[in-house]
Amino acid sequence: MNRIVIVGASAAGLAAAETLRRDGYAGTLTVVGDEPHAPYDRPPLSKQVLSAEWAPDRVALRAPDELDSLKLELRLGVAAAGLDTADRSVRLADGRVLTYDGLIVATGARARRLPGEGAHVLRTLDDALTLRERIGPGRRLVVVGAGFLGAEAAAVARKLGAQVTVLEPAPVPLAHAVGEEVGRVLSRAHLERGVDLRTGVTVTEVSRDGVRLADGEVVEADEVLVAVGSRPNVEWLAGSGLTVGDGVVCDEYCEAAPGVYAAGDVARWHNPLFGVGMRIEHRTNAAEQGTAAARNLLGPRTRKAFAPVPYFWSDQYGMRIQAYGYLRGAEEVRVVQGDLTEGRFVAAYRRGERLGGVLAVGVTPKALRGWRQRIAVATSWREAVG
Amino acid sequence: MRVELDEPKCVASGQCVLTAPEVFDQRDEDGIAFVTDEEPAPDSLDAVREAVAICPAAAIRLTER
Ligand SMILES: Cc1cc2nc3c(=O)[nH]c(=O)nc-3n(C[C@H](O)[C@H](O)[C@H](O)COP(=O)(O)OP(=O)(O)OC[C@H]3O[C@@H](n4cnc5c(N)ncnc54)[C@H](O)[C@@H]3O)c2cc1C
Ligand code: SF4
Repeated sequence: MNRIVIVGASAAGLAAAETLRRDGYAGTLTVVGDEPHAPYDRPPLSKQVLSAEWAPDRVALRAPDELDSLKLELRLGVAAAGLDTADRSVRLADGRVLTYDGLIVATGARARRLPGEGAHVLRTLDDALTLRERIGPGRRLVVVGAGFLGAEAAAVARKLGAQVTVLEPAPVPLAHAVGEEVGRVLSRAHLERGVDLRTGVTVTEVSRDGVRLADGEVVEADEVLVAVGSRPNVEWLAGSGLTVGDGVVCDEYCEAAPGVYAAGDVARWHNPLFGVGMRIEHRTNAAEQGTAAARNLLGPRTRKAFAPVPYFWSDQYGMRIQAYGYLRGAEEVRVVQGDLTEGRFVAAYRRGERLGGVLAVGVTPKALRGWRQRIAVATSWREAVG
Repeated sequence: MRVELDEPKCVASGQCVLTAPEVFDQRDEDGIAFVTDEEPAPDSLDAVREAVAICPAAAIRLTER
């Protein structure tokens, strides 16, 4: 293997590049990224960057000397526009063609938008810097979507003194992700901090001056942030022969086609630990999967199935939420430590007859290690919750 | 080689402790990581490099000294 191309210069792409070098790959390593910036980190965008606690350069994932030491052919500011798996080549938007022996697709996801113009999204550094200029004391911000991203942004805006309204179509925010009970507890924080949370309302159109709801009502705002989830960046793979749907479909090794692997937000792979296909938009997964994909590409004979315990955290209103495992679609949620009403608890999630995941608020992270381990070894529900 | 941790960046994920338990630990109260061995033995360096790559906050650096 002499020419490896990584498309996507962010968390997953960088982890893949570092792993290849660390594991002794000495050939050409080209990393293509359509953003103009060197690889940077996204989680702080809705936290320390939006609140202006951090200067923008603090989100760089690596110092320039660390990047240099990887000896990359770094092509920033240019998108990959097409893939030919028969030819083993990637076509760039500027017309150049890169051939490869191995390819890692790490093009992540982008913010979903709503019909209309003039609303913000929050996915890139530029998005965060633009939004942060526009929120402050007395400014009216409407956040569409009360998911993790919307909640984090609302919390920061509130702290900055903005007047914040959050509009959420579901009756209980985050219910699909963490269950109704926990979703209700998490959304209480909005109300306690004086955010006007309106559930069961659907926004049909956004504009510079506000949003229009399905029943025709107009909610006025100085700024609108649309935080209604994201879409995997797979369009450039049309006609490539890869199976794409909601993400690049891979096997348990993160392989999408011979010599082609995918990692991070864009990858939908079979996680043998849970026996299901999943696509995960978590920061730790991007790094872990980038690492796993790189190793499997480099050492096909020793390759290992990628079977992680997913992990994410979220910071909102001074609460740290941490979750391990696969919570979506859980059949039962039970509080196993603490108390929901006190906002300090560990909730366990059942999948079939096993422990599928846990979510904790206000609990010391160290105390969760045991739970993570129980998920990793597929402990039975009965044994786990007693 | 010397291990440095940018503490304000740490998000208490515990990935470093899982990856290189002989070099990292987490504070009991808030889970923020700390380095227990700032100049790890050569045979721990691979694990530290793995932790650098996997840390979800890019908070760990391995520097020459
Ligand atoms: C504001 C925000 C806050 C978050 N907070 C948390 C959190 O608290 N906890 C958590 O676990 N996760 C969080 N996440 C999620 C986490 O950041 C993502 O899971 C992670 O960034 C995924 O990394 P990735 O490398 O797979 O994809 P991305 O970070 O999306 O990177 C993909 C890169 O590829 C580029 N690209 C796309 N198409 C092309 C193309 N055709 N050619 C070239 N380049 C292309 C993109 O522009 C981008 O730079 C947050 C995300 C955001 C946006
Ligand atoms: S891996 Fe990084 S973010 Fe997680 S505990 Fe260690 S230093 Fe902190």
